[in-house]
Amino acid sequence: MLIDFFFTLKEAKLPVSIKEFLVLLEAMQKNVISNSLDEFYFLSRTTLVKDEAHYDKFDQAFGLYFHGIATLFEKIDEIPLDWLMKRMQRELTPEQQAALEKFGYDKLMDRLKELLKEQKERHEGGNKWIGTGGTSPFGNGGQNPEGIRIGGEGGNRTAVKVWEQRAFRDYDSERELGTRNIKVALRRLRRFAREGAQDELALDDTIRATANNAGWLDLRMQAERKNKVKILMLMDVGGTMDDHIARAEELFSAAKSEFKNMEFFYFHNCVYETLWKNNRRRHAERFSTWDVIRKYPPDTKLIFVGDATMSPYEVLQPGGSVEYNNEEAGAVWLQRFTSTFPKFIWLNPEPEGLWQYRQSIAIIRQLMSNRMFPVTIEGLERGMTMLSK
Amino acid sequence: MSSSAKFEGSDSYVATHDLKLAVNAALTLQRPLLIKGEPGTGKTMLAEEVARGLGMPLLQWHIKSTTKAQQGLYEYDAVSRLRDSQLGDERVKNIDNYIVRGVLWQAFTADEPVVLLIDEIDKADIEFPNDLLRELDRMEFYVYETREMVKAVHRPLVIITSNNEKELPDAFLRRCFFHYIKFPDKETMQQIVDVHFPKLKQDLLAQALNVFFEVRDVSGLKKKPSTSELLDWLKLLLAEDIPAEALRSADQKSIVPPLHGALLKNEQDVHLFERLMFMSRNNR
Repeated sequence: MLIDFFFTLKEAKLPVSIKEFLVLLEAMQKNVISNSLDEFYFLSRTTLVKDEAHYDKFDQAFGLYFHGIATLFEKIDEIPLDWLMKRMQRELTPEQQAALEKFGYDKLMDRLKELLKEQKERHEGGNKWIGTGGTSPFGNGGQNPEGIRIGGEGGNRTAVKVWEQRAFRDYDSERELGTRNIKVALRRLRRFAREGAQDELALDDTIRATANNAGWLDLRMQAERKNKVKILMLMDVGGTMDDHIARAEELFSAAKSEFKNMEFFYFHNCVYETLWKNNRRRHAERFSTWDVIRKYPPDTKLIFVGDATMSPYEVLQPGGSVEYNNEEAGAVWLQRFTSTFPKFIWLNPEPEGLWQYRQSIAIIRQLMSNRMFPVTIEGLERGMTMLSK
Repeated sequence: MSSSAKFEGSDSYVATHDLKLAVNAALTLQRPLLIKGEPGTGKTMLAEEVARGLGMPLLQWHIKSTTKAQQGLYEYDAVSRLRDSQLGDERVKNIDNYIVRGVLWQAFTADEPVVLLIDEIDKADIEFPNDLLRELDRMEFYVYETREMVKAVHRPLVIITSNNEKELPDAFLRRCFFHYIKFPDKETMQQIVDVHFPKLKQDLLAQALNVFFEVRDVSGLKKKPSTSELLDWLKLLLAEDIPAEALRSADQKSIVPPLHGALLKNEQDVHLFERLMFMSRNNR
């Protein structure tokens, strides 16, 4: 029985391992829990799920698997318990079983609600009302193959509610992120290295050198360990990006505090021959894109941030820019960037599901060799893994 | 470790049912328990309370960004030995004198089972948990300098907390039980407050909780107030002897609840909150 449960979880794409499953069985054997579904839910969750982001998936899978075994809902409060005392167990032949009405789940629920309205007294042994020992799909101890168990053993109101509530829905990794989460994702890029002035005592080295020196002190120094990764961030501002200001802001502030060697420039819709650093003075203070491309070493990691939503001409056509007459097409500039800095990604704040409907997104995605990622935790992580490969 | 012992919460710490179950599972199966949760939900306190509740000594290992796994096992104090050798000290002949035992070693060799808290494991380097795999799984390690094997006499109950700053490796996670401390609902919060302020007037508490959850519901706050901030705030309300009516009027006349500085720790949050309060007052 529990093996099926394990495979249900596997199918729900939960990263459960055999080792953890064995631990769960061991815990059952050692009587960590009493015989209640409620406790089993908590025990299996604490053993098998190691990330709150997966709690929701687990709740769903758990509900799915134990669906037939115990399903209850709020209306239950209205059913007096004494109806459900086990009084009779009617023996049914398989033919009779098959002949029983088969309802779908929703229909069952609707019908139960209806019945609850109609029924006002205790009922036994019939084939329609809620009660015990009958062949109606509702009640306890009955024999309808798709029946809903109400009350009795095996069910526990609070237990079912725990996973039916799906309280951890918000923790699923599709969620959008706060600055803190972004920082965590960006940290994947850190590369520590020792560079610069040697001003720290290298203890291990000193000891080794001293030992080699027959016990006479030989001091060795080393440079401090610093995060060496270099980031060049190009952000789209204005126009359609206005909808994403909050998220772009978060991403930017997180990146700024994580990386000391980070340079950023703004562009509008697509990169052309100039970029700027201060959006208010964007017409006064411009930087030549050629200079930017030449200035940074090729191991710099390049991150574009933009919704890539524009007219396709703005990418493909010289003079296609909405702001001025550009001599070379945006695509040419994008290619210059990607060939100079082989580590690049494009982060797109638009939801991934929308991408296929926008022509310009498809074009830019192609120019970026498919390295376009959504600004979600999961997307950022994929992006950062791509950059650090 | 006596398997009959069970953790049941304590008079100063409210543990939810699922949390107790996780602790007891870890206790029975002698595996580490990993605790995550919002800041201020009592992750570190759990270890202290478990130790107190079960009458076991508590050993703590607070992790920093510079902490190495080896420091938890033992350190070879080469510098002292070097100094002693230059001074001609007799102790220098025995390397044992310069092996400094770490927290894990102490926990493994203690006379009775202990609770070992590894606090904020995510602060350390990304490889840190991997370096402790065997030590936490088999509860043994090898000391190269003295060629001895340190094995746990009693397997300690290991409680590990994480703030989710770094992801932990799968191999490490597979060896732990995991529990995520959810932010308490109103009922649990009431219990927590009762435990800390048994003499608090009921109407003041009810109003305070209302205000607290209202503040938490404001979307866009940079940092939501947590349980520990609520407790601080209540302490202040008590100290200033603020009546319940003052809180009730908060949603009618005055702009922000009194002493809000205990709840909102960020200037932008206070501004945002004031603005929202102002807007809702005008709508009325």
